[in-house]
Amino acid sequence: MVALAVAEPITTPAVGVSLDIENVSHAFDIDGAALPVLHDVSLTVEPGEFVALLGPSGCGKSTLLRLAAGLEQPRSGLLREGGKEIEGPQPSRVVVFQDPTLFPWRTVWNNVALGLEAQGILKQRRQRVDAALDLVGLSSFRNAYPHQLSGGMAQRAALARALVNDPKVLILDEPLGKLDSLTRITMQAELVSLWQRKGFTTLLVTHDAEEALFLANRVIVLSERPARINADIRVERPYPRHRGDPYLADLRRQVLSLLGLEATW
Amino acid sequence: MLGFGALVVAAAIVLATLSADYIGRLGPALRQRAPWLLVLGVIFSAWELATAKFAWLPLPFFPPPQAILEVYTDDLPKLLDSVLASVKLQLGGYVIGALLGFVTGVSIGWSRSVGYWVHPVLRFIGPLPATAWLPVAFFTFPSSWSASTFLIALATGFPVTVLTWSGVASVSSAYYDVARTLGAKPSFLVLKVAIPAALPHVFVGLFMGLGSSFAVLVVAEMIGVKAGLGWYLQWAQGWAAYANMYAALIVMSLLCSGAITLLFGVRDRLLVWQKGVVKW
Repeated sequence: MVALAVAEPITTPAVGVSLDIENVSHAFDIDGAALPVLHDVSLTVEPGEFVALLGPSGCGKSTLLRLAAGLEQPRSGLLREGGKEIEGPQPSRVVVFQDPTLFPWRTVWNNVALGLEAQGILKQRRQRVDAALDLVGLSSFRNAYPHQLSGGMAQRAALARALVNDPKVLILDEPLGKLDSLTRITMQAELVSLWQRKGFTTLLVTHDAEEALFLANRVIVLSERPARINADIRVERPYPRHRGDPYLADLRRQVLSLLGLEATW
Repeated sequence: MLGFGALVVAAAIVLATLSADYIGRLGPALRQRAPWLLVLGVIFSAWELATAKFAWLPLPFFPPPQAILEVYTDDLPKLLDSVLASVKLQLGGYVIGALLGFVTGVSIGWSRSVGYWVHPVLRFIGPLPATAWLPVAFFTFPSSWSASTFLIALATGFPVTVLTWSGVASVSSAYYDVARTLGAKPSFLVLKVAIPAALPHVFVGLFMGLGSSFAVLVVAEMIGVKAGLGWYLQWAQGWAAYANMYAALIVMSLLCSGAITLLFGVRDRLLVWQKGVVKW
C-alpha cells in the first residue's frame, strides 16, 4: 500500500475531465414566487479546457457554478462530470469562492489540510499539504492564522486548499474579484501557470472581460437573468498572453458589445 | 502588635518600590501595583481605627480586621470543610449542566426536528429562576445534595444551551459549502465546522451559567444542604459570629473570581485564534 503511494507520480499531466451541462434550467423561490435564474443552458467543456463564464452581475453565473459543484440540484436538465451524473459535492470538483472563507480557527496549514482531513486521508498525505503551500508560495505562513494574511495571501491559501485534493475540475467563482489590481494581475498569471502545470478542467466565473480573455480558452457570454448563452467565443492565442495584444483588444470590444456596453468604446 | 506588623509591611513595600530597578522582574510588577497597595493600607488603617480604636461602628456587626484574621487560624478545619463541600457541589452541578447544555444547544442548532421538540420546553422552563424549583427539588430528589446538583445544573444549562444554539445557528453557510465541496460528511460538519465556529458563543454561555449557578449554590446551601460556605454563612449569622461571616464571604469571593479566571484562562487557550480578530 505504502509502496504504491510512493510509486504514484507527483504531477499527473492532463487530469482534467469533461463537464457537460445539458439543458439546465433553475429557479429560486422568493416569497413563494419562482424566480428563474437559468434558462435552458447547455455547454460542453472539454477535458483540460479553461472556460470563462462572463455575464452581467446577478445573471445566474454563480448559480451555474453551484450546480456544477453539486451544492444544489437543478430544477431541470442534467450535469455530468466525465460522463457521470453530478449528484452532490465531490472533492474531485473543488470550488474557490470570491471570499477566501478560510476557517478563522485553523492555521493556514490546517486550512489547506481541510479536504484531506474531511476525507480521512490526511495521515498518509501530509506532505501534499506542504507541497500545496509551496505551490502558492505560502510555506512561511503555515502556522499563521487567517486574520494575519493579506487578501491576496488568503486567496492563495484558499487556492492551495482546493489544489491539495488534486481536483479534476477547478471551479472558480470570481476568485480575484475582491483583490487589488496589482495582486490581481500577479494572481492571474499564477492561475494560468498552475492550470498549465496541473491540467485540470477550469470553470471560471467573472465579470471582468479582460480577465476572461487573458485566462480562458473559451469565453461564454451569458445574458441577463434568466441566463442563457449569448455567445461562445474561442480565444485562439497561446500562453503566456499579453494584455496589450490587439487580437485580445478586438475580442474585448466584441464581448463588451454583447454585454450591451459598446458605448464605452 | 498588628499596627507594628503593618508598619513593617509598609516599610518593606516602600523600600521595594524604590529599589524596583534592582530586584529584577518583580520590580515593575510591584511598582505597577504600588498605588493599590497604598490605598489598601489606608483602608485597613481606617477600618482598624473605626472599629478597634474608637468603636465608631457597632460591635458585633463590624469586627476589626484582626478578628477576621483570627477566624482563619481558629476555625480553619470547619472553613476548609465548607470550602471543600461547596467546590464539590458546584463542580458536579456545573460540569453536568455545561455538558448537557452544550449537547442540547448543538442538537437544536443543527437539527430542525430536535429544535421543534426542545425549543418550547426551553422557552417554558428556561427563564424560570432555578431557585424557584427549590421546594419541588428538595422533596423529589433522594438527597438534598442531589437536589442541589440538579438545580445548579439547571442554572448552568439554560444559558449554555441558548448561547451554544445561537452560536451554531449563526455559522455562515459559506463554511459548510466549502467543507462539503472538499468531501466533508455531516459528522465532520458538526464536529469540525459548527462547533469550533460556535465556541466563542459557548464561552459566553459558560460564563453566564457560572454566575447564575453561584447564586443557586449559596441559596441551596443556606436552605437545604447542611454543608458548604452558604451554610457556614447562615450558621455564623445564627451565632452572631460576624467575623466568621466576613471571613467566609472573603473566601467565597476569592473562589468565585478564581473560577471565572480559570474559565477565561481556558477560553484564551482554546480561542487563541481570536486574538487580533476581536478585542477582549
